[in-house]
Amino acid sequence: MEAYFSQIAAVVDRALVAGERHATWFSAEQSDFVRMNRGKVRQPGRVVQRYVDIRLIRGERHATHSLSLTGDLAADTRSIVDAITGLRSALPELAEDPHLLLPSVIASSSTTRGGAMPSADAMVETILGAANGQDLVGLLAAGPVYRGFCNSEGQRNWHATTTFNLQWSLYHRTDKAIKSTYAGFAWDDAELQRRMVSAVERLALISRPPKSLQPGKYRAYLAPGAMEEIASLLCWGGFSGRALATQQSALARLKGEARLDSRVSISEDTAGGVAPAFQAEGFARPSQIALIADGALVGSLVSPRTAREFDLQANGANAYEIPESLTMAGGALPERDALAALDTGLAIGNLHYLNYSDRPACRMTGMTRFATFWVENGRVVAPVDVLRFDDTIYRMLGDKLEALTAERELLLESNTYGSRMLTSVTLPGALLSEMQFTL
Amino acid sequence: MPFDGPLPSFDLNADFWSLRFVEETSEAFCVRKNVPQPLALSTDRGVMASVYVDGGYGYAATADTSPAGLREALARAADWARATARHALSDSRALPRPAPRGDYASPSVDSPLPSRGEWFDLLRRVAAEAGCDPRIVDWEALAEVRHATQRLVTSEGGNVVQRFRFVFPSLAVTAHADGVTQRRSLNGHRGICQQGGVEILDRFGFADSGRRIAEEALELLTAPNCPSGRMDVLLAPDQMVLQIHESVGHPLELDRILGDERNFAGTSFVTPDMFGTYRYGSELLNITFDPSRPEELASYAFDDDGTRAERSYLIRNGILERPLGGAISQARAGLAGVANARADNWNRPPIDRMANLNLEPGDASFDELVASIEQGVMMETNISWSIDDSRNKFQFGCERGRVIENGKLGHVVKNPNYRGISANFWRSLARVGNADTLRVLGTPHCGKGEPSQVIRVGHATPACVFAGVDVFGGEN
Repeated sequence: MEAYFSQIAAVVDRALVAGERHATWFSAEQSDFVRMNRGKVRQPGRVVQRYVDIRLIRGERHATHSLSLTGDLAADTRSIVDAITGLRSALPELAEDPHLLLPSVIASSSTTRGGAMPSADAMVETILGAANGQDLVGLLAAGPVYRGFCNSEGQRNWHATTTFNLQWSLYHRTDKAIKSTYAGFAWDDAELQRRMVSAVERLALISRPPKSLQPGKYRAYLAPGAMEEIASLLCWGGFSGRALATQQSALARLKGEARLDSRVSISEDTAGGVAPAFQAEGFARPSQIALIADGALVGSLVSPRTAREFDLQANGANAYEIPESLTMAGGALPERDALAALDTGLAIGNLHYLNYSDRPACRMTGMTRFATFWVENGRVVAPVDVLRFDDTIYRMLGDKLEALTAERELLLESNTYGSRMLTSVTLPGALLSEMQFTL
Repeated sequence: MPFDGPLPSFDLNADFWSLRFVEETSEAFCVRKNVPQPLALSTDRGVMASVYVDGGYGYAATADTSPAGLREALARAADWARATARHALSDSRALPRPAPRGDYASPSVDSPLPSRGEWFDLLRRVAAEAGCDPRIVDWEALAEVRHATQRLVTSEGGNVVQRFRFVFPSLAVTAHADGVTQRRSLNGHRGICQQGGVEILDRFGFADSGRRIAEEALELLTAPNCPSGRMDVLLAPDQMVLQIHESVGHPLELDRILGDERNFAGTSFVTPDMFGTYRYGSELLNITFDPSRPEELASYAFDDDGTRAERSYLIRNGILERPLGGAISQARAGLAGVANARADNWNRPPIDRMANLNLEPGDASFDELVASIEQGVMMETNISWSIDDSRNKFQFGCERGRVIENGKLGHVVKNPNYRGISANFWRSLARVGNADTLRVLGTPHCGKGEPSQVIRVGHATPACVFAGVDVFGGEN
C-alpha cells in the first residue's frame, strides 16, 4: 500500500500548475468485520477502502476535496485530476484565509507496526469455540490500517498498523453481562482462551441476584473501562485550544482558580499510543504534550488554524483538537487492593452514554453498565441494576478522589465510524470517596 | 459508475446476491466569527456486495466498481458466507430474496442552488448578525448540501435507483460574561436537515435568524437556573425530536430487541411479547414510521434490502403495535415490521435503523398547551442526551427554558434538564400540539452498529406537554 500511496502522491504533484501547492491526507484499510450474536455469526464481511483529502492552495486561498479511490491507478489518476481541476476553478471565488498555516519544515517519516495474523475466519473459529455455547455478542475487526501525508514540498509521512480488536460481551440475561476485549498486533489463541475463561468466571458473579440501589451518594471504584468513558467525554472539546480560548471547553474553569486533585496528571502521549506521529496538514506531533499536571491545566491541543486565530503555538493537534493518545498518570493503589480499599460501595466496570448536564461546570451524567457490583467489606456481594450518576469532574477527580491505581490499562478505540480508529487511552482505576447517583 | 444500464454477468454459485451502489457528493460552506472557512468538497463512490450461499451470508465492500472489482467483491462475500455458514445466526436459505423495481427522487432534487459565492454571502450576513455583541465569543453559520444516488440490483431481477438531495443549514453562537457561558443554536446541532432545495432555508427563517439566536444567548447569560422539582414540562419540537429518537426509536429497533447491539449500543426494555398489547404511552401517543413525507430527511421508496417503504403505525393510541425491523429481522423474530434496513454508506451492511419516525399531531394549539400548565417549564432545543443501554432511564438537557405559571409563559431560565424512565414517561403525555406546532426536523448523526454507522434520521413532531416530570437546573 505504501508504494500505491507514493504513486498517488506523485499524481497529485504532477497535477499542480505553477503557483499551486497541496497538502494531502491519505487513509485506507482492508478490514474484516465479523459481527456475532448468541454465540453465532450475524454479519461477516470485508471492507476495502481508500480515501484521499486533497487541499489545493494558491496564495492564501485554499479548498479541500475528499475523494474515494478504487485502487486502480489509472482510474484514480483521472479522479484526482478531475478533483484538482474542480478545486482550481473554485479558488478564485473564495476569500483569502487569514488562518491558513502550513508546516515550515519538511518532516518525513515512516512507521509500520504489526504483521502476519491468522485469517479472520480462523479467529472466529477460535472465538466461538472458546465461548462454547455462551451467549456471546460482539465484533471482531482485523486487518491493516494506513495513514499517509504528502505535500508539494516533498514531505512524505507513512503510518501502517496491522491490528485486531475483538470486543465481546457474555450475557447472563437482559442487561447483565461481562464485557471483555482482546486487541493488539499479534493474535494468540491461548491468550484469547485465557480471557474467555476469565470472562466466564466473572459471569458467575453477574449471575447472582441483582441489587437495586436508591439514588444517593456512594463510595465507588471506577475501573479503567469506566474511566475510559469519562476521559472520552473530556476529550470532546475539553483539551481543545480553541474551546478553551472561547470558553466552550468543559475544563475552562481550570483556567481560573479551579483545580483537580494534585495526583491528576493527563497528557497527550503520542509516543505511547497507536496514532500516527503526524496530522492531516503535515505537522509533526510531539511525543508528549502535558495537558494537566498536578491537577492544574498546563497545556492544550492547538491545531494550525487555532494557532493562527488565537496567536498560539501549533502542537500537532488534529482539526478538532481531540486527543488521540490520551494518558493519565497512575497512583499508589495496587489494583489488587482496589476492592479492599473500596470496602463498601460500588465497583463500576463500565459506564455508558455520558454527556454534560452542565458543561461549564464540567458536570456530567451517564449510566453504569456491564460489570457493576455492590461490594461489602472488600468482597463482591451482588451485581447492581443500572444507575445514573450526575457529578462534576471537580468532585470526582477533585476532593472526592481517594486513590488512583498504580497499574494503568491501554485501551484501543473500538468505534469504527467510517473507518477503524487509531486512537487509544491509557488510564488507571480511580477510587472515589463519594459519587452522586440520581436515578 | 453503474447507476443505469445492465451490469456484467456474474458466474457465481450462490443462492442470492445483491449489489448496492452508492455515490455521495457534498459541498460544505462555513463562516466562523465572520471568517469564511475553507471550502470542503467530497466525492465518495463504492459498492456493497451481499451473498447468500449454503445457508450462510457474507458481504464485501469496495470502491472498485469495474466489472473485475464487482466480481471480486461478490466472490469475497461468497467466501465469507461459506466460511461461516455453519455458525450462521440465521439460515440464509430462509431469508427473503427481494426483487424490487422502482425509483425515488427527493423533492426539487434538480432545482438550482445558490452558487458558492452566494452561499458564502448568505452565511456572512447571518454570521455578521449573530456576532452582534462583544459577549458573543464564538459564532458559526454553516450550510452543507449533499447529493446521493443509490442503486440496488439483485440476482432475482431487482433494480432500484433512488436520488436524494439533503440540505443542512446550521447556526450556533456562544455567549460568555462574568464567568457564565451559554450556547444557543437554531434548532440544535444540525437539527435542520431536510430533503429538497433552498426552500428549506426559508422554511426555518435561516437568513434572518442570526440576531435572534444571539440575543437569546445573551439573555441566557443573566437568566436564573431552571427550578428543580416535579412539574409539568412543555417540550418544543426541537427537544421532542430527541425524546422520540432516544426513548421510542432506539428501544423499538428490532435488532436491539434481538440482541445484535448488546455489546455496543445496547439492548431494549421492549421485548417481542409486548407488541400488540403493551401500553407504551397515554392514549394521545401515536407514532408512525413515515417514509412518505417528501421533505423529511429519511424519506425513500425502498430500504437498502429492497423492501418497499410504507407508512405504518408503530404505536397507536398508546399501544405498541410493531417494531422498527427490516425484512431479515422480521424473519428472525416472526414479527411484522417496516422497511428500515439501512446502511450509512457503501462500506457498511444494512441494519435496523430509524428512518422517519414521527409523533402524529393532536388538537391543542400552542396557547392551549401553555394554558394547560399550572406550574412548569417550557424547554427548547436539545443540548444534552444520555440514556441507559436498555433505553429506559434517561436524562436530557436543553439550551433554553421558560417558566410557566398559571397557564402563562414567564421568564427565561438557563440549563433546563429533566430525567425520567421511558417505560413511564410516555404515559405522562398530557397534551399533544396540533399541526401548527409541528416541525419537520431530524438528525444526520444517529450512531449505532458494529461496525459503527452514522445515519440520517427524520422526526416530525408537534410540541407536547408531559405531567409530573423531574426537572432540575445547572450546577450554580
